[in-house]
Amino acid sequence: MLNKIWFWLLLIGIVYGFGKAAWNSFSPSPAPAAVESTVDEEAAKGPTSGRDNRNLKEMGKDINAAALDAAQLSVTICIGLIGIMALWLGLLNIARDAGLVDALARLLSPMMRWLFPEVPDGHPAQGAMLMNISANILGLDNAATPMGLKAMQELQTLNPQKDTASNSMAMFLAINTSNVTIVPFTIIGYRVLKGSADPAGPLAGIILTTTVTTIVAIIAVRMLQKLPRYAATESVVSPREDS
Amino acid sequence: MDSLELMMDTVSQWTIPWVMLMIVVWAAYKRVPMYESFVTGAKEGFTVAVTIIPYLVAILFVIKVFIASGVFEDLKIIFGWMMDQVGLGAYRESLDLLPLALTRPLTGGGARGVLLEIFDSHGPDSFLGKTATLMMGSTETTFYILTVYYGSIQVKKIRHTLPACLIADIVGIFTAVFLGYFLFG
Repeated sequence: MLNKIWFWLLLIGIVYGFGKAAWNSFSPSPAPAAVESTVDEEAAKGPTSGRDNRNLKEMGKDINAAALDAAQLSVTICIGLIGIMALWLGLLNIARDAGLVDALARLLSPMMRWLFPEVPDGHPAQGAMLMNISANILGLDNAATPMGLKAMQELQTLNPQKDTASNSMAMFLAINTSNVTIVPFTIIGYRVLKGSADPAGPLAGIILTTTVTTIVAIIAVRMLQKLPRYAATESVVSPREDS
Repeated sequence: MDSLELMMDTVSQWTIPWVMLMIVVWAAYKRVPMYESFVTGAKEGFTVAVTIIPYLVAILFVIKVFIASGVFEDLKIIFGWMMDQVGLGAYRESLDLLPLALTRPLTGGGARGVLLEIFDSHGPDSFLGKTATLMMGSTETTFYILTVYYGSIQVKKIRHTLPACLIADIVGIFTAVFLGYFLFG
């Protein structure tokens, strides 16, 4: 799945960019050029920025820059993550040694058992996933990632096939990407920034929508994991049976 | 509204310090050797962050190239034409949300740029501004999260995760537009 998407994104990106720029360069439409579209990594997308008149040379430059930017940006992101990861994994370790994580896990274990039947009660994965989901709900993005990665490591210890996702991992990430949140501080911040008269106005709408997506995500994972094409192995053994 | 905003912002700023304090106080009560415990946990941070790099390069690279080609902008024109053909021209306005819907699962930074641009050109309190807020608030940068999370444990076959997440994203986007028309339209 990912292989195909990867291939098609790249193919469409390059071929389409080339075709479009060639059209811009050689079609009879009058004199675009002049306006040099500069690439600064965030704005490189420019999907809403008026009519796109890049000629072949500019398009080539933009696509080159996009590829190189992406590579550098990835490293920047990961380097930036090191410190935050260390901080939160350190605190999380204290919390676990103090039994705090277990207490939280015990409190919510009925829900966790239903969502993640492969994860035994009291397993560290439960605690880590709960911490991640709580951080997401509170809108603490910086704290959520380290705890989420910790949760993935713990889930990996239960995973019989180390290069293949387990059902619990899929469920966890589906919940995660459905953006469970109560107060989306950053978005409200953008609204304030742009002079909204009622920045928190759509809050109820956001909570409603995100509830819908979370429910849909859970249902989708449950349905799809049964399909043979998404089975964990070629063999008949399902990962659930040996946990 | 200003005071509510201020209050919420204040609460959010204090959440993390309070969580930290709670952890440390509880640990002190339980007599955990917390300095050592912290260092043991923190050690893993480096490995995890570095492990992610190849996965992130792979995915961000194709996404950035794809977006740089300008496909999204033209999709909007094509969809607009299609809606006119089937007699939904009245809802054409919502197509301004299409770039947001399409970039949201791919890149956080890109989607933020699109959102701010919608706020700029239509105003944050317009129908489009509010609906865009719903869309932004109810979905996540799916590709980024899947890459980072699976990359950190070197899982390469992700089975049904992506389709499930995308189904949720698509439903979220339509729910946002529907609710947008219902609440703010």
